[in-house]
Amino acid sequence: MGRLTSIQATPILPGAAEGEILASDVPLSFWGGFDPDTGDIIDRRHPLAGQNARGRVLVIPAGRGSCSGSGVLLEAIRNGTAPAAILTSHVDPIIGLGAILGDELYAAYPVIATVTDAERDLLQTGDWLSIADDGRLTISRRES
Amino acid sequence: MLAGDAGPAMQLAMRIVCRMAPLYGAGSLLPVTRAHIDGVILAGDAGLEFAEGLAELGGRVTVPTTLNVMSMDRERWRDWGQDPAYADRARRLGQAYLRMGAAPTFTCAPYQTAAAPVFGEQIAWSESNAVAFANSVIGARTNRYGDFLDICCALTGRVPAAGLHLDEPRLATMVIQLGSLPATLVQRDDFYPILGYLLGPLLGDEVGVVTGLDAEPSADQLKALLAAAASSGSVALLHLEGITPEAPTLSEALGGRNPTRRERITFESLKQARAALTTAAGGVVDVVAFGSPHCSLAEARQLASLMAGHRAAPGVEVFVTTSRAVRDLLDRSGELAILEAFGARVTADTCIVVAPLIRAEARTLMTNSAKYAHYGPGLLGVDSVFATTEECVDSAAAGTIVRHASPWDD
Repeated sequence: MGRLTSIQATPILPGAAEGEILASDVPLSFWGGFDPDTGDIIDRRHPLAGQNARGRVLVIPAGRGSCSGSGVLLEAIRNGTAPAAILTSHVDPIIGLGAILGDELYAAYPVIATVTDAERDLLQTGDWLSIADDGRLTISRRES
Repeated sequence: MLAGDAGPAMQLAMRIVCRMAPLYGAGSLLPVTRAHIDGVILAGDAGLEFAEGLAELGGRVTVPTTLNVMSMDRERWRDWGQDPAYADRARRLGQAYLRMGAAPTFTCAPYQTAAAPVFGEQIAWSESNAVAFANSVIGARTNRYGDFLDICCALTGRVPAAGLHLDEPRLATMVIQLGSLPATLVQRDDFYPILGYLLGPLLGDEVGVVTGLDAEPSADQLKALLAAAASSGSVALLHLEGITPEAPTLSEALGGRNPTRRERITFESLKQARAALTTAAGGVVDVVAFGSPHCSLAEARQLASLMAGHRAAPGVEVFVTTSRAVRDLLDRSGELAILEAFGARVTADTCIVVAPLIRAEARTLMTNSAKYAHYGPGLLGVDSVFATTEECVDSAAAGTIVRHASPWDD
């Protein structure tokens, strides 16, 4: 692991989590974009298509598209295929709802927080990120 | 309600609504008079457990509530070869919502039913295309409510007082200027889904106003535009100057303010959006589908007039997805028989992206719906061909992709 970077995110659904970052500049719809049986990104038009988001820290600008995304995320939480955390630039109620339902029904949820667009640029696929209860992000840079 | 005095289902629903309020930036709740439920699509076990759990806890909707498409044709699922075990789960999910008092509309176009809201009405709707239509074309007021929050709003009759329920957030912040386009283009049915598909990513979740559209689009054309925009983006409200009710003029749509952004739509950018809707290289067609959102009676009758006297090529599956109400009317008008003589499967209650209806080996889906074309590759594992209604019908009959000369070729 290389040097550490620290960022203060705004917790939406707070908690502690960590995982490998999976980041894209393109918004993602969970419905039609995410397979809750496997955690795979399945929207073929999305740059992350074919990647697996299970247990990772998903970093996207926002959600997109169908309202059915909450149900897909809830199903993923139930199946244990959800990301460990989801960071967006804008509060996304569809994603937030899926996580809140996970908490209410299965006492499990991905940590949800927002960062600025500029901070999001610092979060790169492959780096390791840990989130504290207060929204403090610590990034461990991959050696390159 | 939060204390549990209205029963445990109401208590859970109210807790979820209250936890969601801050995510919408709301400090309070407001009453709604109508709800539309998207959670009736079978997405897995979680949705079924939630709905049956709420029904078991005695949940009962407190406002008139319609249901979105479900994952089976409740009347003819056997005819379409739906798996009995899957159909049983789909039926249980529908039953749970019916037990809670929702109406068995089972359509993604509730705005084309008797349950459509009126201008200014506060409603809690889900289904991205229905939300966009209700806000934009009718002037009813709803945010995009995700699965399960929709039923919580229907049970409590409350939504977070935020976003598009309020006056100010309904004003456009972005102006979309249509450049000079071939005059014949804006009369074409396929112009509208293509424009919508282009606008989705441009708008993000901003409210925009389109100016420079010299046409009087039909409700079905606006439906296609908004469904496309809500698929490629998160559009929940889009004004069209001189066309939609909150945009009699550009200035009124903007609330007298200056826009924060301006975008110009060119013929070239529309051509690119049109090309992006097609992922297939060409050649053979396996499935031809119409009806996302569900075909209106007018759309289904247009199909009947195009299909009359023709027949789909062997091996091509043709789907016309609509509501039970429309299928019943088609049956009585004799047009259902015409569609079926062509070889079309006219399904009700459901559609090809919320239920496994197309055959597993299908590789190429041809459609006049930008929404089907958009979701086909991810949800169905097919390549899409987006085309006009006429081209789709002709291709179904030929078994290969048929294109007609059009202004898009210029």
